[in-house]
Amino acid sequence: MVMKQTNLDATFAALADPTRRAILARLASGEASVAELAQPFAISQPAISKHLKVLERAGLVRRGRDAQRRPRRLEPKRLAEATEWLERYRQLWEGNYRRLDALLEDLKTKERKWDS
Amino acid sequence: MGQLKVTTPSDRELAMTRAFDAPRRLVFDAHTKPELVKRWLLGPPGWSMPVCEINLRVGGKYRYVWRRDADGTQMGMRGAYREIVAPERIVNTERFDEAWYPGEALNTLVLVENGGRTTLTQTMRYESREARDAVLKSDMESGVAASYDRLAELLGSPSEATR
Repeated sequence: MVMKQTNLDATFAALADPTRRAILARLASGEASVAELAQPFAISQPAISKHLKVLERAGLVRRGRDAQRRPRRLEPKRLAEATEWLERYRQLWEGNYRRLDALLEDLKTKERKWDS
Repeated sequence: MGQLKVTTPSDRELAMTRAFDAPRRLVFDAHTKPELVKRWLLGPPGWSMPVCEINLRVGGKYRYVWRRDADGTQMGMRGAYREIVAPERIVNTERFDEAWYPGEALNTLVLVENGGRTTLTQTMRYESREARDAVLKSDMESGVAASYDRLAELLGSPSEATR
């Protein structure tokens, strides 16, 4: 699997902002116009548009076909690449922590023996 | 015990959260007593931890060395303790011998106990977003290698299949 470093940098920068993450979460349930996206947030449509531009540049969001509403939709491929990265890291540590689970069981058993 | 969650709380940070079915005093011991650390902090399959030295006091240093037993490749890391509140909190610096990410990271371990179970949160703060991303990228690569290793094990010897 080859991924372009620059793309991922833009993706992670885009994902670092809570409003942008909320926009992505909203788009995960279907496309939405700028006005619809602005509704749940206490910020203006221009501010939402700014966030959308960052998301579009990162390849996380693109514009739908309807020229009137100009709905935005999620681009799941790029998001999947970013989560794949985190998933690999997670798996590495999950391996460590499974061994830690076993060690803790061992320590608990030994303590019970000493107590009795 | 529960699923490990990995998040990126900010540009420069990585955070991991996981629950363990043990009192935090034991989880704390497992992070601070070398003979215990060596039993679990090993990374991908095929690696061991021949060196684990811990001087558990504020300003005290630690030294970890891992070894890939197949070819003898070694990887070392060192750092110093900034804060120690047993058995609930440790703050320490971290720097790898091979500078595969720029600068030093600051790690904060927080253990919260509830009804005999412990929730661990480990936050790693890097000097820059580039450094944080380099860590993720490198672990992705070793993670891929590790899963291929496991696949090879599964294909090669059925007795290993439960690992």
